[in-house]
Amino acid sequence: MSDSHTTAARGPLDHHFETLEQQNETCSIGMWAFLVQEVMFFGGLFACYIVFRYVYPEAYQWGSDHLDVKLGTFNTAVLIGSSLTMALGVRCAQIGQKGRTAGFILLTMLLACVFLGVKWVEYGHKFHDGLIPGVAWDPGPGAPNGSRTFFGLYFAMTGMHALHMIVGLVLMTFVAVRSLRGRYSPQNYIGVEVLGLYWHFVDLVWIFLFPLLYLLGRHAGGGH
Amino acid sequence: MSGHVLPLRVYYSVFGALLVLTAVTTWIAYLDLGAWNTPIALAIAGFKVVLVVLYFMHVRYSGKLIWVAVVASAYWLLILFGFLMADYVTRQPIDGWTAPIAW
Amino acid sequence: MTTSARPSYLATQPKEDNYLSAGYGVKSWLLTVDHKRIALLYLISLTAFFCVGGMFAVLIRLELLTPQGDLFQSEIYNRLFTMHGTFMVFFFLLPSIPAVFGNFLLPLMLGARDVAFPKLNLLSWYLYVVGGLLSFGAMLAGGVDTGWTFYTPYSSTYANSQVIVSAVGIFIAGFASILTGVNFIATIHKMRAPGLTWFRLPLFVWAHYATSLIMVLGTPVVAVTILLVAIERLFHVGIFDPALGGDPILFQHLFWFYSHPAVYIMILPAMGIMSEIIACFSRKRIFGYKIVAMSSLAIAVLGFLVWGHHMFVSGQSLMAGFIFSILTMLVAVPSAIKVFNWTATLYRGSISMKTPMLYAMGFIGLFTIGGLTGVFLATLSVDVHVHDTYFIVAHFHYVMVGGVVMMYMGGLHFWWSKFVGRMYPEGLARVAAVLIFAGFNLTFFPQFILGYLGMPRRYHAYPEEFQVLNVFSTAGASVLGLGFALPLCYLIWSLKYGKRADGNPENAAGLEWTTTSPPPKHNFHSIPVVTEEAYDYTQREAPGV
Repeated sequence: MSDSHTTAARGPLDHHFETLEQQNETCSIGMWAFLVQEVMFFGGLFACYIVFRYVYPEAYQWGSDHLDVKLGTFNTAVLIGSSLTMALGVRCAQIGQKGRTAGFILLTMLLACVFLGVKWVEYGHKFHDGLIPGVAWDPGPGAPNGSRTFFGLYFAMTGMHALHMIVGLVLMTFVAVRSLRGRYSPQNYIGVEVLGLYWHFVDLVWIFLFPLLYLLGRHAGGGH
Repeated sequence: MSGHVLPLRVYYSVFGALLVLTAVTTWIAYLDLGAWNTPIALAIAGFKVVLVVLYFMHVRYSGKLIWVAVVASAYWLLILFGFLMADYVTRQPIDGWTAPIAW
Repeated sequence: MTTSARPSYLATQPKEDNYLSAGYGVKSWLLTVDHKRIALLYLISLTAFFCVGGMFAVLIRLELLTPQGDLFQSEIYNRLFTMHGTFMVFFFLLPSIPAVFGNFLLPLMLGARDVAFPKLNLLSWYLYVVGGLLSFGAMLAGGVDTGWTFYTPYSSTYANSQVIVSAVGIFIAGFASILTGVNFIATIHKMRAPGLTWFRLPLFVWAHYATSLIMVLGTPVVAVTILLVAIERLFHVGIFDPALGGDPILFQHLFWFYSHPAVYIMILPAMGIMSEIIACFSRKRIFGYKIVAMSSLAIAVLGFLVWGHHMFVSGQSLMAGFIFSILTMLVAVPSAIKVFNWTATLYRGSISMKTPMLYAMGFIGLFTIGGLTGVFLATLSVDVHVHDTYFIVAHFHYVMVGGVVMMYMGGLHFWWSKFVGRMYPEGLARVAAVLIFAGFNLTFFPQFILGYLGMPRRYHAYPEEFQVLNVFSTAGASVLGLGFALPLCYLIWSLKYGKRADGNPENAAGLEWTTTSPPPKHNFHSIPVVTEEAYDYTQREAPGV
């Protein structure tokens, strides 16, 4: 792995790496280590969810009843679609199709904006229904114990998720522009790959959020 | 990173599977399966996660280190959830105390 | 002095080309991506925050000279111990060794030119400084009075102090910690020189690897917990406030899930330094190298399974208490293994009691006391009696100051010549080391007794019968303060007047010692190829005194 230190133009190779392969593998490990910490970050929120679901089961059924399953399912499909377009974008970068890479990334951004738009609509509904703790809380007399906590967690979790999507949008802009400028090649597309990893992670979080928030109160009667 | 270019049909098949599973999980949620609703929903979500991780994130074709990172994250989550719930499920009820009315 | 031939990759180096002379001016420092300069930036900011935390300690010890709460009102005293804890834990202890020594030495020890992500490294420093300044600002605006542990519902609902600003400062500094962990993991995996297999790595590297795992796995949980406290404070959601249906113990679970492994973030790098110093100053390889390396990983893993031992009396279930108590006993084992192995290294070694070795000897004694008292506290029934007393305070100061700070000082002396190319005055340094050891024991040993006798912690007034021990403690703190002031002075003095150092004054093993002191900007002219085990002291003679 250690060949003589080339002093001529090293191109995309940073000064502290010996080979492009080393640079690529390092970036990959770096992003995976970052994703591990993201897992634990959302894990803390999921831990709160689990505890309060155990303590206030009726509130969770009541709460998820007040969420719009159609919008939630639609959003899940949209986000999965954005994962597909992102994966296809990475694949185009792998085979050197710069324009298509940027195109797929832009498509991903579009789908992400659709998702965020739907969330905005949903949040608007919650505002009108008086279901935002600390901002507009008026759930009516039938609200069981713990319903405020449920919605607090709903907004904390989906809000954090949305924040991560917005960060993803910023990163995607950056990468798409770089791709159009020809910065990536089949030997050096790690930037697109790690962006893809980040975006898929965002999708993973939603894959769990969706059933846990929207679906668990749907069936009539007992069991949860 | 792996350099391994997956054929397009792999991506489209995984996408299709994910969409189908999403529809299934929503549909099943409306069936009353008693205590089974939650584990089934979680199992479907888990399977979707596995598909995304293995194929979209290329973990199936990645080195051991990446596998260790994925397994370690899952394991650490289980530590957090497991020990946390070990407290809550073993708490003894206190005589004469009722939970405060909290909306 | 060295019996091995001078390596060829040093032969062509000009004398003055080093990282300190490679660019002058504020911009060259504030925009540097050189890991060595970033380490020095950390050194300066850490020293500043240590002084802030130390100032609060002075005020605390002054108040506790007399049994009455006569110097400060209790509300102010609450802020004093909170700020002491916050600054010392989050802005000194946690970053200290990894940020200074990890950053400076890891690439050198690995035969690399820099860490994996140099710009991210600089970002880490900036985040740390911003976080620290935010907390400093919170302090100027009145401070926080919740205790560094921010227990709810006081912190989330009832406290009238700068909780959110302070918490945000800690959040940002935590993010810096996470990025450092990511950087180190990638560096250690991917930037080792050819021939440098895992089991040829210095134990310092193993220690930092284990530390980085904890940083990445644990810090995000406290980050999200801090966020939830802020959300609770702003929106009264009802997660941690029992009046709203929340559970204050949930906060404690989430908080300690990180904060217990956090203490291993503090101690593991210190243990890494121990291995380096002990090997060099007994001229022997570390006894049981592989076991010591594996024990670092074991501490990192087991450290995540024991957090409930901070909550024995909080209201968690008895069963949870049992489980955490037993697991805590288990985590003591790998730490003890390390102490045994260092002691075995000393046996039949050629020991020289230079300043770093004095700190190392201090560490063995003080960390053993701190660690053993930890086992007392792991015993549930004992902890019920001494929880929230000065016994706990003494225990954690023994491991954190007697352990981590001792090795911070030891490492500073061991590698000072490498950092700045100058030697410190050895005689004065030895005096300072002894002062620190003596002052530390005088400060904190009485606190074990005080705690056992029942003096509660975080109180500004106490019953008369505790005064004598408190006076000893404050006297010790003065000695300790003097002990810390000395290195601050002579190390700065040495920058201009210290004897110029050559690359390897102690003839120590390790790639960092093969460079000039200070090292060149890009560390190595050509990447070395490693063929030897770590700590190969069989061929190296000790330097003459």
